Amino acid sequence: MARSVTPRRKLINTTIAWAIGLLIFFPILWTILTSFKTEAQAIAAPPIFLGFEWTLENYRVVLERSDYARFLWNSIIIAGLSTLIGVAIAVPAAWSMAFVPSKRTKDILLWMLSTKMLPAVGVLYPIYLIFIELGLLDSRAGLVVVLMLINLPIIVWMLYTYFKEIPGEILEAARMDGATLPQELLYVLTPMAIPGIASTMLLNFILAWNEAFWTLNLTAVNAAPLTAFIASYSSPEGLFFAKLSAASTMAIAPILILGWFSQKQLVRGLTFGAVK
Amino acid sequence: MATKASRSAARIMMAPAVILLLGWMLVPLIMTLWFSFRVYLPLRGGDQGWAGFDNYIRFVTSSAFWPSVQTTLIIVLGVLVITVVFGILIALLLDQPIWGQGVVRILVIAPFFVMPTVSALVWKNMFMDPVNGLFSHLWRFFGAEPVSWLSDASLPSIIMIVSWQWLPFATLILLTAVQSLDSEQLEAAEMDGAPWHKRFWFLVLPHLSRAITIVILIQTIFLLAIFAEIFVTTGGAFGTRTLSYLIFQRVLESQNIGLGSAGGVYAIILANIVAIFLMRIVGKNLD
Repeated sequence: MARSVTPRRKLINTTIAWAIGLLIFFPILWTILTSFKTEAQAIAAPPIFLGFEWTLENYRVVLERSDYARFLWNSIIIAGLSTLIGVAIAVPAAWSMAFVPSKRTKDILLWMLSTKMLPAVGVLYPIYLIFIELGLLDSRAGLVVVLMLINLPIIVWMLYTYFKEIPGEILEAARMDGATLPQELLYVLTPMAIPGIASTMLLNFILAWNEAFWTLNLTAVNAAPLTAFIASYSSPEGLFFAKLSAASTMAIAPILILGWFSQKQLVRGLTFGAVK
Repeated sequence: MATKASRSAARIMMAPAVILLLGWMLVPLIMTLWFSFRVYLPLRGGDQGWAGFDNYIRFVTSSAFWPSVQTTLIIVLGVLVITVVFGILIALLLDQPIWGQGVVRILVIAPFFVMPTVSALVWKNMFMDPVNGLFSHLWRFFGAEPVSWLSDASLPSIIMIVSWQWLPFATLILLTAVQSLDSEQLEAAEMDGAPWHKRFWFLVLPHLSRAITIVILIQTIFLLAIFAEIFVTTGGAFGTRTLSYLIFQRVLESQNIGLGSAGGVYAIILANIVAIFLMRIVGKNLD
């Protein structure tokens, strides 16, 4: 509903919008700035905004002390694999629901969504027990499976809404020309679906990266991802603001950049196509 | 258009997703239901037999139950009010022509991508720490006594942290809805001399009502389950024990599986009540 307004009005709106934007972003900005301070400067009163000597010391300490690489690697593996496996399972399902709908399709979609609503804490112990029995506790494989399952409904839904936008006539034309089902999938559908699949993977990678119930409760040492690494800072020792900031900055930076690309998909993915 | 062959192919392609989700839903659910009717203390004698509805009764009659329900309601309602009200305002603002709109949008959305443990710990330490936090500096600057946020004002603090995380979500969805508003209708109303608050009340708000409902329902489901934000800030102390945190404590900390499972069943029922409304809206959109 954007309309033309007077330059004065635009200036006022711009000022307010930037002020609000910076206010909301400030905690992140402050964290990034603090990560380059010394511990003493980080708690200085009055707080120093920019006039400090920038140092990379905190990053060095965090990287040295905490085996950061292992946590990072766990995050990448868990978020990456759970997304890849989820998409591999969801693409055929979403394809068949979008192009060969039956009268049960809608019920199946809604039922899948309902599994997403199941409160994790309600099934915490069963999952915990199954993990112990199968030796999956504190294993990356176990977390990959769980995160894949909790995000599978969102993946199916997003892919379904993207596939729905591909005109069915094109598939019919391909079929008339004698394309077999695998050919139709590979040469006709896939090229058109790639942007949708990529967006889906992006958003689900972010969701899996930030997941902080199962990753905290099902890991200890070996499989702990960055969420758990940061949580270990909840019992502080001495001065640690600058180190906490450095660790936090490293944990969120990749996702902030990915998130920037996924703004549009966020709406579609998290409202299950109800708002477009 | 669908042939018989493609129908059976479709069924086969759907099978893995359906079977996996069915297992993921049914197996733990049945186990939770089973445990909820047992006296089950893994560290003190294991499974000691049938409990009937004892766990269900004990869960709701324990002294921790009602405070946790109250805490849950306060947090959920507090966050909903803040995110929806400010979400609408910011969405309307961002819809106006402004310089650098794309950048402002990114600034506003950024908190959503920060992992819950990071946002909770950054707020807890760098803003809400009673000695070195930014708020304490600010309070002292104005000559006021710094507040121990997470112990003396624990609920508002948690609401603040969680609202910061969810405001981007509400804003983004409401912005998408605002942008689909018919501008001619608004201009016509403006020319007919309708003041801004009437235009907002009779045109903008009704248009947004669906998006607002969706924001409320989806956020409620996620907010009922917030965990990390409490886990790393107060650990459930200072009156911040929500229903899901209480269940978590019963299950993993005191290892009373029967009692915790009964609580889990209550949480599942609660979430399903909210989910039914959400499904109705989403389902309508599918037709």
